[in-house]
Amino acid sequence: MTRRRIDIDVPTLARVEGEGALELRIEDDAITELRLRIFEPPRLFEKFIEGHPPDDVVDMVARICGICPVAYQVSAARAFEALFAIELPPSLTGLRRAMYCGEWIQSHALHIHLLAAPDFLGAPDATALAHSHPEIIQRGLRLQALGNRLIRLFGGRSVHPVGLKVGGFHRLPEADAVAELVGALEAALPEADELVRWSATLPLPQRQQTFTCLALDDPEGYPITGSTCLTSDGNRFSIEDFESHVHEFQVPHSTAFHAHLDGRPYLVGPLARLNLHHQRLPEAIQALINEIGLTLPSGNPFHSLTARAIEIRYALAEAARLLRQYLERPARAAHIDGIPCAGTGFGASEAPRGLLWHRYDSDPHGLVTHARIIPPTAQNQERIEEDLRLELTRFGLHHDADTLRRHAEQIIRNYDPCISCATHFLELRIRR
Amino acid sequence: MEPRKLRVAVHKFASCDGCQLAFLNAGEALLALSERVDFVHFAELGPMDPEAEVDVAFIEGSVCTREEGDRLQRIRARSRFLISLGACATAGGLQALRNLADGEAWLNEIYPRREYLDALATATPLSEEVTVDLAIWGCPVNGEQVFQVIAELERGLTPRLPDDPLCLECKRRGAVCTLVTQGRPCLGPVTRGGCGALCPRFGRDCYGCFGPSEHPNTEALGRRFEGLGLIDAAIARRFLFINSAAPAFREAGLRWGGRPACP
Repeated sequence: MTRRRIDIDVPTLARVEGEGALELRIEDDAITELRLRIFEPPRLFEKFIEGHPPDDVVDMVARICGICPVAYQVSAARAFEALFAIELPPSLTGLRRAMYCGEWIQSHALHIHLLAAPDFLGAPDATALAHSHPEIIQRGLRLQALGNRLIRLFGGRSVHPVGLKVGGFHRLPEADAVAELVGALEAALPEADELVRWSATLPLPQRQQTFTCLALDDPEGYPITGSTCLTSDGNRFSIEDFESHVHEFQVPHSTAFHAHLDGRPYLVGPLARLNLHHQRLPEAIQALINEIGLTLPSGNPFHSLTARAIEIRYALAEAARLLRQYLERPARAAHIDGIPCAGTGFGASEAPRGLLWHRYDSDPHGLVTHARIIPPTAQNQERIEEDLRLELTRFGLHHDADTLRRHAEQIIRNYDPCISCATHFLELRIRR
Repeated sequence: MEPRKLRVAVHKFASCDGCQLAFLNAGEALLALSERVDFVHFAELGPMDPEAEVDVAFIEGSVCTREEGDRLQRIRARSRFLISLGACATAGGLQALRNLADGEAWLNEIYPRREYLDALATATPLSEEVTVDLAIWGCPVNGEQVFQVIAELERGLTPRLPDDPLCLECKRRGAVCTLVTQGRPCLGPVTRGGCGALCPRFGRDCYGCFGPSEHPNTEALGRRFEGLGLIDAAIARRFLFINSAAPAFREAGLRWGGRPACP
């Protein structure tokens, strides 16, 4: 028997956020080694925020990820609000949710159009797509810009915005600017409907896998924030018990920790949210899901892209609804002050890439004595490796190294891994 | 004859990716730019050729591993004009706070298996290892400054960015002074403008994310903070934040006691 051995190395993965690599060894048509290597250097956030007061922490943790700073700010602010017993009035929680919608729109539109679409439309990158599919790319860029504009309304800039603080905001948005944005968001709804329909026409690989989904359960509706976690196995637990269910561990090939949920790989992110909570979407969006023929829950990881398009549509309408509410009943104060105290606070929110969990211990002055942050990409790493093993075997290991490499990159990119977020992404090394 | 297109590379070191978004968030302007210049290396956008000879190299992030140190030397050797893009590349970024602590101990505290990591105990600005031709400050950078710099390089000019303090930008934009009117410890008098005076316009004090201005009088400002009732540790925290490896801010932070030991 001829022994066939192929080693494939992808030294740096393109069109992902951050840096990572994949090493793959195939021997006699079986995968004998598969490692997603994240080599984003450790930046040690959990250590250097020690000794800082809560509002410093809100500005510091934003810097973990330039693509989802609002998620970091909101998770942190919620942790300190829980710790100092600050209860935000509905007017302020509504504005936070609207700002968060901006980040979903911006991040999802960037992923779909600049990072993922070239895989499905046979182009090397988005600038090539701008020639072959100008109307698609321009629509995507318009939506991305609208998401950024929504963040700017509340924070002055869309990367590391400056408006959010523990207890609310530094400043409330002006009614004129809000009214103008409501108009722009509502005007974009037909384009978002078209985006969802277009996403269903993409040649996504069709497959079925079994995996556990985890997302927050949000009393406000489709999950953005919340204090309770829900799994597709029907388990429910408080974010305060997160550490007894989610176990992080270090592997030699990656600077990002890996994580298990009750001993098994699991999925967080847009498809996990949609699978668990699609019944909570407004009727118009549920009708759109039926129209495109998407059956939920879905076991096809590639439906993550469709889920992102659906979440853009949702976030536009949700932000417009919340901003209208603000125009009718403006918030009285931009923020509520709390009294610093010693203790432990937990905060979680649904970053574009999935559940983002924070824990802070504080001294009597409210200064941080210990911090722990579990970002979504760390949680998805085991699931990505599991998906690669299943999908590459199904796809056929007889393919040449280049074809395998392209397919592997597409599988990984589908999770929109944010390697900077992993506080700690892809180079593919295939060895056969 | 059409002038030759600029060959441009965008590299990433230890960072949050936020400064690259100056390109990726630019919408139509990014598409127009990609017609005018050749992006020969920009991993997040797609093109991959990290070893290519280029006219202009943008580097985001600070040097936090031995591999990054080696890569920086190779990039410098192949780039005519090298630009540090943002606070991490220019002044270490937030992660440079480890330089004021025991970075090695921090690595051991977070990672059970320190030996799995190629990580240095320090985070270093590019200019401490190679010649940097232009620094674009900011956490994140202002996209307009990035596009202005490229336009000037295309015309063969040597780009320059203003380094006067944020106070001037506040005056131009009519922002109310948070230091004078609210007694807040605003870093505006010693921080370079360029952000658009965002924080004061949001009613909060500047936290210095654009780095030190020209001739920053940190001594006088720190004493003013004392007069506002800030304790030494709080004043040190103001200076030792996003640009703690910028000499002016580092020295000021150390003057007021440095990074306090964890409570």
